[in-house]
Amino acid sequence: MLATKETNVRYTAAFFRHEEDLLAAATEARESGFEIFDAYTPIAVHGLDRAVGLKRSHLTWIAFAAGVMGLVLGLGLQVWTSVYDWPLNVGGKPFNSFPLFIPVAFELTVLFSGLIAIGVLVVRNRLWLFAKRRVFERVTDDRFVLVLKQRDASFDVRRAHKLLEKHGAVSVIEGDQFV
Amino acid sequence: MSVALKHEGEHEAHHQELSPLRRPLIEGRKTYGDVTTDICSLMERKPGGLWWAAFITSLTIFLAGAIATTYTVTTGIGTWGLNKTVGWAFDITNFVFWIGIGHAGTFISAILFLFNQKWRTSVNRSAEAMTLIAVMCAGIFPIIHMGRPWLFYWVLPYPNQRGSLWVNFRSPLLWDFFAISTYFIISAVFWYLGLVPDLATARDRIRSKWRHALYRVMSLGWNGSNRTWSRYETVYLILAALATPLVLSVHSIVSFDFATSVIPGWHSTIFPPYFVAGAVFSGFAMVMTLMILVRKLMKLEAYITPQHLENMCKVTLLTGSIVTVAYLTEAFIGFYSGNPNEMFVIINRAMGPYSWAYWTMVTCNAIVPQFFWFKKARTSIPMIFVLSILINVGMWFERFVIIVTSLHRDFLPSSWAMYTPTVTEIVIMLGSFGLFFTLFLLFLRIFPVISMNEVKGVLHYARD
Repeated sequence: MLATKETNVRYTAAFFRHEEDLLAAATEARESGFEIFDAYTPIAVHGLDRAVGLKRSHLTWIAFAAGVMGLVLGLGLQVWTSVYDWPLNVGGKPFNSFPLFIPVAFELTVLFSGLIAIGVLVVRNRLWLFAKRRVFERVTDDRFVLVLKQRDASFDVRRAHKLLEKHGAVSVIEGDQFV
Repeated sequence: MSVALKHEGEHEAHHQELSPLRRPLIEGRKTYGDVTTDICSLMERKPGGLWWAAFITSLTIFLAGAIATTYTVTTGIGTWGLNKTVGWAFDITNFVFWIGIGHAGTFISAILFLFNQKWRTSVNRSAEAMTLIAVMCAGIFPIIHMGRPWLFYWVLPYPNQRGSLWVNFRSPLLWDFFAISTYFIISAVFWYLGLVPDLATARDRIRSKWRHALYRVMSLGWNGSNRTWSRYETVYLILAALATPLVLSVHSIVSFDFATSVIPGWHSTIFPPYFVAGAVFSGFAMVMTLMILVRKLMKLEAYITPQHLENMCKVTLLTGSIVTVAYLTEAFIGFYSGNPNEMFVIINRAMGPYSWAYWTMVTCNAIVPQFFWFKKARTSIPMIFVLSILINVGMWFERFVIIVTSLHRDFLPSSWAMYTPTVTEIVIMLGSFGLFFTLFLLFLRIFPVISMNEVKGVLHYARD
């Protein structure tokens, strides 16, 4: 499920100065039963996936499969054109000069794997050229934001604020619109 | 470190202790906010007189090169100094030289990333930009060397009305096309991917109308979401893992252009590793030349420190020594083969009419980097600047020596010939340097020169 697809969510957002505080707050919030909507950070924070409970992506397998596809297509193209469609005698080399097909097949493996991995990132996280979405203040500069989702009326706002402030949140805001 | 202490100041707590074992990568007690301000203000600032002077000079040289290229394309390859015996010379020398320059960028961005070398963060952005620009410069040469460059798309295996007559997949020249275009595409997306979070930082900060609009479009709606970061980091790792064998394959394939032929001096199995080491060697020398200029002109001394330069000097020393071993091996195997043609090539290189080029190469590539054994040389910036330029001169001559000295003494003494470049060729070569610096100067103005999001991640290095 993509966080950004849900447009109307009541949430509590806490701003932190340090990544360690964000990690500690996220871990404790999850342990005390709050639902974490997402976290927003200026840098890639190691260990945050585990702290917010994000599952490991299958992307490496997709990239591997894409590479295999590039390899098969690359070899297929070369064998088909050089052996079946129009075999040409070049310097007396055999039509199926397989070792000489390896470089192009390798390049296509890399090309397919890399471009499809990027493609998955762009499509799944919807990184379009004219994408417009909510950006929390200073989050691309020096603030780390943890967003808790208020699933229903049982969400204890006061307890949430207390927990977040305990971990050094500089400010905690409430909101209900996500773009 | 107590919690109370931690929240007293913005970042004081993180700068309490310096590690006794490591030196901080970034000098000065920079906070996250400082990094944003330092790098973004470079983009907001109006270019100074020095930038304009450099830009106009580079652009002029590039335009001269463009005129010489137009003259070549409209008149023919006869405008060059090539002859029946020496069919490759300046053009292919420049091609191999520029492709080699590109290798350092990928080495820094991919291989050092896999080896978790944190110092790469200060230089990877500009080194990758250098890679892209160098590959563009390289790509020009084989295309204009075709004579009819407007038919260059014939190297693509597309269904056509000539049969379909397919391309010859057994030719290393075709492998080159696949290797270099893959290299360019993967390097370009890798570089752009690294830029996206920084473009978002610029978008959220820079208010000038055009720049804001540009960064808004280019930052792809990046909002720092952890779900995006998570997949982004995975893709970054995948691309690094792919770019590593890719960069090794590119110069190996370039070396196949020579090694698969039966010309003495070319037909050698050590060519792929020899070329790759030489490429990283020259590339790092070029990165050092550029970084010394950039840190001075853009006042980035706190980010690109003598420590960064020292590390690059060490890589240069290592690869330079590999190149030296390759020279020795080449000479030894030449004699050990017992083949008179091989022996003749080695003697002719060292003592023939192009011996001046050979000894320039040996001096610059085998002797000059040995100065980097001394810490004094590795930490003196004027010294590094001079040595790095000498290395690039040497590496240019290496390709010239490999190509021209192997060709000009044919198997048949009656076809022996000499090669002298024409003015057109020299201007095209200079023009490629003009193009390189023009584009690099534009990069310095438009994009964040330092990878802000990665540098922020190493601010605490050795300070906790």
